[in-house]
Amino acid sequence: MKLDKQSYQRLLEQKSPPSPLPLDCLKAFLFGGAICTVGETVSNFWQWRGLETTDAAAATSITMVFLGALLTCLHLYEKMAKHAGAGTIVPITGFANSIVSPAMEFKSEGLVLGVGAKLFVIAGPVLTYGISASVIYGLILVLLGGGGGA
Amino acid sequence: MIERIGQRTLHLTSRPYLMAHAAAVGKKEGEGPLGAYFDFVTEDDRMKQKSWELAESALQKTAINLALHKAGLQRGELDVILAGDLLNQCTGSFLASVDSDTPYLGQYGACSTMAQGLALGGCLVEGGAARRLLAAASSHFCSAERQYRFPLAYGGQRAPTAQWTATAAGAAVLGARGTGRIRLTHVLFGKMVELGVKDANNMGAAMAPAAYDTLSTLLADLGAQPTDFDCIVTGDLGHVGADLLLTLLRTDGIDLSPVYSDCGSLLFGDEQDAHAGASGCGCSAAVLCGPLLRDMQAGKIRRLVFAGTGAMMSPTSVQQGQPIAGICHAVVIERSDA
Repeated sequence: MKLDKQSYQRLLEQKSPPSPLPLDCLKAFLFGGAICTVGETVSNFWQWRGLETTDAAAATSITMVFLGALLTCLHLYEKMAKHAGAGTIVPITGFANSIVSPAMEFKSEGLVLGVGAKLFVIAGPVLTYGISASVIYGLILVLLGGGGGA
Repeated sequence: MIERIGQRTLHLTSRPYLMAHAAAVGKKEGEGPLGAYFDFVTEDDRMKQKSWELAESALQKTAINLALHKAGLQRGELDVILAGDLLNQCTGSFLASVDSDTPYLGQYGACSTMAQGLALGGCLVEGGAARRLLAAASSHFCSAERQYRFPLAYGGQRAPTAQWTATAAGAAVLGARGTGRIRLTHVLFGKMVELGVKDANNMGAAMAPAAYDTLSTLLADLGAQPTDFDCIVTGDLGHVGADLLLTLLRTDGIDLSPVYSDCGSLLFGDEQDAHAGASGCGCSAAVLCGPLLRDMQAGKIRRLVFAGTGAMMSPTSVQQGQPIAGICHAVVIERSDA
């Protein structure tokens, strides 16, 4: 039989099992929601300790990043993420995981060319385009005469 | 002498001896259904080394030393070592043989490396270039992940079609003279076949057309039916690729299923969460040099086709949008009672 790309593509789509999307979405929702609930509890805790709402938000981010980093170091985050998918990637704990995991992985290549160079190998695109987007939106806001307040 | 049969099959008329073989595997592989058939199962996948690359080389070295020990040979008695793995510049292999004081030829055939080494080794022995040589291949889940995918502690999800890189190594000694019964009779070097598969999470699909090309050519060249062999085993197509291969052959009226197995489908049990099965050079190397050749020694398999399959890709080629080509090299191994 002479194989052509189109008919092979059709065949392999038939034979390749798809990801179980509804179940994946449900698990992402439950895990992501649980992480946010923990975040809410942490936020309430800091407010109860006397922090203002904005300061409590910053303290909550710091706490959640710490927890994400800790769970990553204990190799628990990836076990959770296997089920949670986007539920563990999207919250700020996922950002911590994306920085800490390369730091752990590439320390065998040394502190400069390993950890230093590879630290942002996963989070790099988020930082590049996140910061770029914020600069562009900032410029637009300034040019439109907004951004008062200060 | 090497005789060319049909289109591409090479008949090794003096049938080099497979003098000895050994397989060394990681913890997860040892816990799988084939665990009892391996010569060495490590409890510590790090092999007491300071990096995963060194761990992989230690595993390959273990397999090499075990095979040499079984053959009653010292490293210096080999005329050449043919070894390969998945890492850049075949790091795992050269580190394993750097102190061997033996001519070394690094091999890269992705997951088909063991078959490539055996096929090439068979020709070298048959042609008189080597009296005794060793072919080895290895892979390590942790060294492969960091090169091809993500850091181990990164929280990602795997696709159902993704395969799990085996932590495993296999080594086999080929010789022109021997007393054993297991001999290499034919080899077929595969062509790269590329059918537009770009998904690095579905390598079984990328490799199946190459396995189809190689196996149908081999059967046609030999004028053989699948049932003329006791076992036809592909390198590591995994569940998805194996299914595709059987489907492709069926459209030509060839039913491989009575004698067919796939190393990638055999290595892990369903409960081991390996998704579409195992992959990596070490997978087919360890399954061949562990259970399959042991079964041949025991007489349970008398005529075997070992068809190693590899996916020709790199992280760079995939990022640049290049499709993944498959390759499949085959060797025919026979047990003679005479």
